[in-house]
Order: sequence, then structure tokens, then C-alpha cells
Amino acid sequence: MVSVNTRKRMYETMVTARHYEERLQEEYLEGKQPAFDISAGPIPGELHLAAGHEAAAAGVCAHLRPEDTVTATHRPHHVAIAKGVDLKRMTAEIFGRRTGLCKGKGGHMHLFDPDVNFACSGIIAEGSPPAVGAALAAKKRGTTDVAVSYLGEGAISQGGFLESLNLAAVQNLPVVFVIEDNDWAISMPKGRVTDVENGSQRADGFDMPGVRVDYDDALAVYETAHDAVERARAGNGPTLIEVQVHRRMGHFMGDAEGYRPKEDVERAKRLDCIERLADDLREEGVTDGDLAELTDRAHERVEEAIEWAKEQPEPDPEEAFADVFVNPPVRGEIVSDGGADDADDLEATDAEPRESDADDGGEDR
Amino acid sequence: MTQQVAKRELTMSRAMVEAIAHEMRESEDVFYMGEDVADYGGIFDSTQGLLDEFGYDRVMDVPISETAYIGAAVGAAQAGMRPIAELMFVDFFGVCMDQIYNQMAKNTYMSGGSVNVPMVLTTAVGGGYNDAGQHSQTLYGTFAHLPGMKVVVPSNAYDAKGLMHSAIRDDDPVVYMFHKRLMGIGWMPAPEGPKTDVPEEDYTVPFGEAAVKREGDDATVVTLGLHVHRAMEAAEGLADDGIEAEVIDLRTLVPFDTETIVQSVRKTGRLVVVDEDYRSFGLTGEVVARVAERALDDLEAVERVAIPDVPIPYARPLEQAVNPSTADIAEAIRTVHE
Repeated sequence: MVSVNTRKRMYETMVTARHYEERLQEEYLEGKQPAFDISAGPIPGELHLAAGHEAAAAGVCAHLRPEDTVTATHRPHHVAIAKGVDLKRMTAEIFGRRTGLCKGKGGHMHLFDPDVNFACSGIIAEGSPPAVGAALAAKKRGTTDVAVSYLGEGAISQGGFLESLNLAAVQNLPVVFVIEDNDWAISMPKGRVTDVENGSQRADGFDMPGVRVDYDDALAVYETAHDAVERARAGNGPTLIEVQVHRRMGHFMGDAEGYRPKEDVERAKRLDCIERLADDLREEGVTDGDLAELTDRAHERVEEAIEWAKEQPEPDPEEAFADVFVNPPVRGEIVSDGGADDADDLEATDAEPRESDADDGGEDR
Repeated sequence: MTQQVAKRELTMSRAMVEAIAHEMRESEDVFYMGEDVADYGGIFDSTQGLLDEFGYDRVMDVPISETAYIGAAVGAAQAGMRPIAELMFVDFFGVCMDQIYNQMAKNTYMSGGSVNVPMVLTTAVGGGYNDAGQHSQTLYGTFAHLPGMKVVVPSNAYDAKGLMHSAIRDDDPVVYMFHKRLMGIGWMPAPEGPKTDVPEEDYTVPFGEAAVKREGDDATVVTLGLHVHRAMEAAEGLADDGIEAEVIDLRTLVPFDTETIVQSVRKTGRLVVVDEDYRSFGLTGEVVARVAERALDDLEAVERVAIPDVPIPYARPLEQAVNPSTADIAEAIRTVHE
């Protein structure tokens, strides 16, 4: 039985995540109207939003502590929010600001928050091996920490994932693999790229439990994840969970989804995991006033983060040359850039920043 | 009856697709595999319209399993077909490099020439739109470095079509690296340059022939891909100051046209190499070395303009600081000219 307080916490997390994506969508499209240009506006680059995936984030991460590791995908915001990543610094990173989680070097697909052991990768399934590694470290050190690796259903045919299942199983590591099945790998429906009905069936080949949650009911996810996380903490090995979620937006902002039937988009919007949880809470006696209070608080937090992020300074161009190493080699020990003449310079960088061209990129926009 | 000689301007992606469609009509052995290449038409428009004409059996959406489908292209090629496999972003090569460099590239040599691999590996390269370190690389040098692959890089629609015809007809594996910013994608506006007149009929652009895009006596600028257009812009700008730069578009890296570059350097004495790939152990050093080997006495000054040895950063000011701009190229030309 999931307590009402836990349900309310999950609800607030999910509302935060949803509002965050909707607000980022607005911010992203600024400067990209009327003609969409991926490199224009306050948030450049690709933007993959997770509206409709919230239950998979909240239901699993509700069981996690800051010491537990989570690796997420190219669509990471909802999971980051559920894991407790610093929302302001995460937002600043997405806006490419110096005070962002990664000083503007990573961007939205590559968020790192070591304070809560969160990371993500833009390469499909490549978050799985590091999650296995975090679990390996926990086992070797004798802690009860666990690692959670998030993937999309499109990733279940990728080597990095399948090899990780095997390594986690054979080493009996505390890992929970969570597949978010939103039915679409960009434009490819899952029936076109795999013959298994459910991603959780992948577990069979590795002799680990595989559980599918057929609908994005946060409570069902919570209960399934409870068993998996407890199993991992107790030293009983990995579990694979698949959660049916719904992609309410395009694969990335700017994706016109010409390949996707309109009914499927409508269905994804109709089957709203947040509404489902709200109904559940009402049945538990939570009033609409209480829900509104949670919603207001969530929205306020999002607005504050976005406002803060937009006030942050952009990085200076020369900052591009720092952070290649934490322990930078001094000049002379590294390969010469061939062009610099400052041989006595003991700076960490091995190349001088070029003058930034005011027109750079503009010619192409 | 008068013959219509209306010119046709095509985007680079349309030109590339036209060559693929032509070859697919000519031979059932040609087929295309990749992620999102069917209904979507390629994330960077590399297969727009092919599904309608050829259907799912020949324009194949494949699982996100690059090792499997690129390796399958190797096997199908060795079985006598002419597959085209697409690696969506060149940055994704890490998950499937064995099939590319140990199988595709080496099977001919290691079989003593008894096996050949007539396939094309298409892949998108390039940054400049703030997609960060795992989606913005331009790994020309990585592929050209490893023996056994021909490597081609079109900078405009005409070359894109001719190089694609040559690539599909070639009996060896060809890596066809197209720059996203040149394709003419709706959501990623291209500069004007890459859209060119393209003949309707099929034609080839031979491998190993660089193109002199602009003649000049004062400096030789060697580049490829997107940076051909930036180099041209820089050269045009300097012409107002009386500096005439010669701009050479490499077009193919393997085979490599050393002769055209050496001829130019013998004339100008000054060399600028511009690359969107990393500086060290890469293309710029290779070009300089080849010129030094052949024409050291003619070489008065050299500048390299490339991505300094850092991963491509996300934030706009950071990426602009590392991706060679028109101004950077102009500055380098001025430097060698002094």
C-alpha cells in the first residue's frame, strides 16, 4: 500500500516535470519563429522533452537516495527532477550558462550532477554500462547503494544494453534497468524493429526478473520498483522493468511527426499519467484544493528555475579550453598544437582561443 | 520543338537522394539500411522520398543496433549486393566501429584481395548548432586514418550527386560523410553555396580529384565540407584588400589528391589548412606533411585552422570559440601572407 504522502510527493514530482517540459518548449521556440532554426533562440541544439513519461521517473526514483546512481537518456529531464538534481543549475545548463551543472559544456542531453549521482548520455543505451559500474563499486565497497539505468524501448536491441544485462546478472549486481516504452524510436514503431512484444522479455535471456507495467500508473510503477530496488539492495541482483509511457510531443522539438498517426498522438495525450494519479488521490480523499496547492508549488519552482537560469551569465569563450582534464598536463608534456608560440605558458590549455567571429554561424542561419 | 535547358538547382540532400534512387532503379542489389530512413526520410533528409518509390524492403528501417546492421551490410556486400548503410551521426561510430574498421575496411586486404566489400557507409557530420560533444563531431581524420576505406566529403549538390554515383558503383567500401549544415534541411538552414545546378542524368565525380574553387596567387587554402563555403567567403573578403587566396575543396580524402595542392603551393608558397575536425593527429597535419614532403622549398608559411583539442562544447559562445569561423580563416590567410 502506497501512503497518501508518497502519492502526493510523486504527484508533485510529475507535475513539476510536466510543467518544466511545457515551459522549456515555450522558451525553446522563442527565436525559432516563424521559420524553425535549430541553432537560433535562447535554447539551441536538440531538445528532447519527456512529457508523458513522468510516471516512470517518479515511481522508480521515489525509492532512491542521493547515494544511489541514476543514468538517464537523451530525454533526461523528468528523471533528473525525480532524482533530485538541482533544478536551477540544470536549467542554467540547458540555457548554456556558466553556472549550469556542466558550465555550459554538456547541454540538455549531457547533464551531470554528482551531488545526487545523476548522469545521462546522448548515445542510445550507453548509460547502461556506467550504471553497472556504479553497482559494481557499491558491491565491492559493501554499501547498499543501487544503480538505475533508464533506456527507451528503442535501446533494447543495442549491444551496450544487452551486454550490461549480462554483466549485471553474472556479477549479481544491484542494478535496476528501466525501459520507458513510448512506442516510438524517433519514427520507428517498435513492431518494426523488434519481434518481442515487451522489452521486459529481454530479461529472460539473462535469467533475471523482467517485469512490465502495462500502463503508466505511477502507483504500479512504484510497487514494481519497490521490489526491484529492495532486491538489489539486499544483494539479490538486477531486475529489468519496462513501463509503458506515452510520448506527448515529437521526438525532438521541431519534429513534425509526419510518420505518426494523429490518433496515436491524441491517444498519448488522453492517457495522461498525471490525471490518473490525480484521480487516485481524489479517491483517497485529497481535495482539489490540495492538488492545486501542490501544482502551484511545482509551477513556482519551475518558474523560479527558469527565471534564475536566464539571468545567469554565458560562459566566456576561453572557458571552452578548460576541463579537458582535471589534472591538466603542462605544456611540453602534451602534444603541441603546432600553431602556438607561447612555449613557456604553463596554462592547462593547449591552444589559444580564437577571436570569436561576430558573424560566426550567422552566415548559416 | 525546342529543348528545355532550364537549370535545376537542388539542395545537397536532393542531389544525394537522386543518385541513390537512380542506382536503386538500375540494380536490385542496391538497398538502404538505417534508423529512421523509411517514413522519416532520414533525420538529415538523406533518404527523402525513397520509401514511396522503393518500399520498406529496399529502404529499410533497422533496429538501433549499428553493429548488427552495418555488419550486415558488410556481409551482404561480400555476398555481391551493394548496400548503403547509414550511421545517423558520425559520433555514433563508437558503438559499431569493429564492423567498420576491422571488418568492412580490412576484409579485402586480409583475404588477399579475394573478398571485396562494395558498400557505402553514409554518415552525418558537423556542428555549429549547439548539439554538444556527442552529436557535433566531424571525424574526417578518424576514418581517413584507418586503411581500407575510401572517404568522400561533398561540399555542394553537384559533387554530392556525382560522388554518390561513384560511391555506389565503387567495388570497395566508401564512407560518404555529409555535413548536416549543407543538406538544406528545413529546420537547419544552409548557407547559399551548397545549393547548385545539378544535371538530371547520372554522372560521376571521380575519387582523388580535388576541386580548385577559386584561383589566387597569394595563398593556398585547403579545406572540405562546410568550411569550403567559409573559406570562399574569407577569400572574397580579402580580395577587397588585394589578397588573392586560392581555395581547394578536397572532396575526397581517400584517395587523396596531393598533386593539386602541391601545384597550388608551388605557385603561392603559403598554405592554410582548414578543418572542422580536431587539430592533433589529423587532416591538417596530414596535408602539411604531404606538402612538406613534396614542396618544402616552396613553402614559406603554414597555418592550421581546426578544432582545438577539446570536445565540442554546448553553449553558443563556447562552440563558436572552437569551430573555425570565416574570420578565423581570413586571419590565417593574412598571417601566412605577411
